[in-house]
Amino acid sequence: MATSLNGSKTSDIVARAQALFDDLSFTSARQWKAADPSRKVVGYLPIYVPREIIHAAGFLPLGIVGGGDQLEVIHGDAYYQSYICRIPRSTIELGVSGRIDFVDGMLFPSICDVIRNLSGMWKMMFPNVYVRYFDVPQNYRDDIGGSYYVNELAELMHDLGKLRGKPITDDELRNSIAIYNENRRLVRELYEFRAERPWQAPAAEAYLVLRAGLVLQVEEHSAMIRDYLAAVRNEERPRRDNCRVVLTGVFCEQPPLNLIKSIELAGCYVVDDDLLLVTRWLTADVPTEGKPLENLARTFLHQSESTAAKYEPDLKEKGQHLVRAVRRSRAEGVIFACPSFCDPALLERPMLQHVLKDAEIPYIAFKYAENSGQMQPIREQAGTFADSIKLWSGA
Amino acid sequence: MTIIVTPKAGPAKDIEKDASMVKQKEMMAAHYDRLTNVPQTGEKVCATFVPGNLNELIMCFDLVNNLPEVNAIQSGLRRQSGAYVLEAEKIGHSEDVCTYVKSDIGMMAKGNIGPNGKKMPDPDVLLLSYTGCFTFMKWFELLREQYKCETIMLHTPYMGDGKITKNMTDYMVKQLKEEVIPKLERVSGVKFDIDRLRENLKKSARAEDDLVRVLQSAKHKPSPIDAYFGGIYYIGPIFGAFRGTDDAIDYYSFLRAEVEERIAAGKGPVTPDGDMGKEKYRLVVEGPPNYTNFRQFWKMFYDEGAVVVASTYSKVGGVYDLGFRHDPDKPLETLAEYCLGVYTNRSLPMRIDMIANYLNEYEADGLLINSIKSCNSFSAGQLLIMREVEKRTGKPAAFIESDLVDPRYFSAANIKNRLESYFQMIEQKRAGGRAAA
Repeated sequence: MATSLNGSKTSDIVARAQALFDDLSFTSARQWKAADPSRKVVGYLPIYVPREIIHAAGFLPLGIVGGGDQLEVIHGDAYYQSYICRIPRSTIELGVSGRIDFVDGMLFPSICDVIRNLSGMWKMMFPNVYVRYFDVPQNYRDDIGGSYYVNELAELMHDLGKLRGKPITDDELRNSIAIYNENRRLVRELYEFRAERPWQAPAAEAYLVLRAGLVLQVEEHSAMIRDYLAAVRNEERPRRDNCRVVLTGVFCEQPPLNLIKSIELAGCYVVDDDLLLVTRWLTADVPTEGKPLENLARTFLHQSESTAAKYEPDLKEKGQHLVRAVRRSRAEGVIFACPSFCDPALLERPMLQHVLKDAEIPYIAFKYAENSGQMQPIREQAGTFADSIKLWSGA
Repeated sequence: MTIIVTPKAGPAKDIEKDASMVKQKEMMAAHYDRLTNVPQTGEKVCATFVPGNLNELIMCFDLVNNLPEVNAIQSGLRRQSGAYVLEAEKIGHSEDVCTYVKSDIGMMAKGNIGPNGKKMPDPDVLLLSYTGCFTFMKWFELLREQYKCETIMLHTPYMGDGKITKNMTDYMVKQLKEEVIPKLERVSGVKFDIDRLRENLKKSARAEDDLVRVLQSAKHKPSPIDAYFGGIYYIGPIFGAFRGTDDAIDYYSFLRAEVEERIAAGKGPVTPDGDMGKEKYRLVVEGPPNYTNFRQFWKMFYDEGAVVVASTYSKVGGVYDLGFRHDPDKPLETLAEYCLGVYTNRSLPMRIDMIANYLNEYEADGLLINSIKSCNSFSAGQLLIMREVEKRTGKPAAFIESDLVDPRYFSAANIKNRLESYFQMIEQKRAGGRAAA
């Protein structure tokens, strides 16, 4: 069994990440908070919030991405009609059942109307929690969208300072930016490594390690990625005759872990994806010199990921991020896995498929919910896709 | 395979219409003729959305306003939308997403024939007023892919904290100045004239005054209007291509006089079957209507003596009854405030306040929510709205489900059954109140 530089075994690291994933009471975050009465926890939903500002306040940013397939939703279903996706109902379940009763603030990013309205519901249901709908600009000019965004960030910084009882300073924020830059560099390294040798870092493992970053302090998470990379680099794992795919559409409601495993078991190495985009939304380092809010804003406007919740002003650029992801990771096809009733993913899908068709990149599509249990159809579909790529691709 | 069976039309029967409805029908017909005559007239077309519709600005560039949602509604009312939705699904659009979008895309795929039987024009510009609805963004990205024309994003921030901040207004005004207006100038070839905009805004405010009088007439007993089914006719011109025109001023002045006459005569609303009988139930309705079975849906109400005295859907293209008017003295700021204030851009707590106030001010018996499968902007959170409004007002609420323009999601028997139960619930509540007194 391979070990990392500090001696951790791959299996131990993955087991730790799996335990964090399985823990729907967020024990590690509770313990972190309990260790010091001045500590606070601020939750956030997909897809992006500037975690640096939360960290700069000395708080723990806690990613809430639904309840997965192990949470029994009892109360949450009473708040939503059958035709609304699952993540808001399991998030409400987490709230109503007291699983996140230690959370002092919740940020609801601008991703879709369901999460947007959930921000108002949260205000009504949990009046003692700081709740903010976190709007981001859809105009990418520094003097228009940038200026608006800097002011929104300043308001968030002010509010969190108030929650702390002491304003957040620019130096604190610069320090947090540097720490998150390092974390994002490691996440990118993990993705590059997996694209290079996917058999060494299976998608489900990489996902668990990434997912741990939603509940751990960023410094601890960076250490975990480092350890994981060191451990898997030293380990020889069996290489399968799999094709290489990009998995897309999974940016908000999370697919069950079994779904990710099933895709690989069916013969498709996942070499890139849009899971947990918050961990790498900013695609370059945020400068640590100068005005930190402006630096965060500029990086958001000009060096950030593309996804369905973001307007693409240039028709020629539409969907090209996916083509680039395919080329960069030397993928042979794309799997669209979209949550049922997900407006952003499902409305975006035909446009992306047209772009892939023009680029002669094969794809398949299916839907899931975070609690989907039956993987056989997905395994069959992914398996057939892998076979067709092997049989019919030009390679 | 799904087969949509459209009920055969029954024997022709005259539909009762107010004079205002006839007038409005003529206005809409003239507008569609103007749109379909574009190849002959050379006018240019700007497609945009009802919430965040900047008609006063669009007219400054001599552009003709085309609203895809209204086209989808027209297809729904004409029972064509079912086939359009299926067509869109056939070419790859998910069964889960908005049927306005799919009706529009299906209509394009089937030749883009408008309600007047003529081909609708391609837009010269898509003014993506991203206001209160996520789907709008994807909808116009999809249309842009098809038409490959200039697309202008105007991002309206959401009122998550229940207030309009200076940062929001400044952001919108900057977008208008630096992005929207220069691009509209380029597409149209017409130079922007702010005085022309002021004139249009003045006209808007005049029509808005009369619209508010009409909507608030429902405080009378009996209510002279139905503020949901009838309300959809009343909002047509001001939410569509007529806000800021003399036609809109004339229409709303005429409508107001007509409504005042009904009040004086002690009459209730006009329904497709003539004057409504005795007003038995006064309701507030949240959510859009179903359009594929619009008349059948309405009949379920007026047959039982139920009149809608206030609705949130009639505020989706602008909330005027809470005081907002377009202001010619601050022309760009007022456009920003208009967009920010539309109903679906308001936070859930604001919506709850508004509905609870309607129930009290209009002395309604209860709240009915028509939850629309297609529309998450409206629907997500409605069950909490229902509970909270019941808690605050002590008045009963009920929940029904349908869709905008997809006939597969209109189940007449289910809806009728629920409505009948709801009316019984109101009766019981009244009986309980009398017994307590």
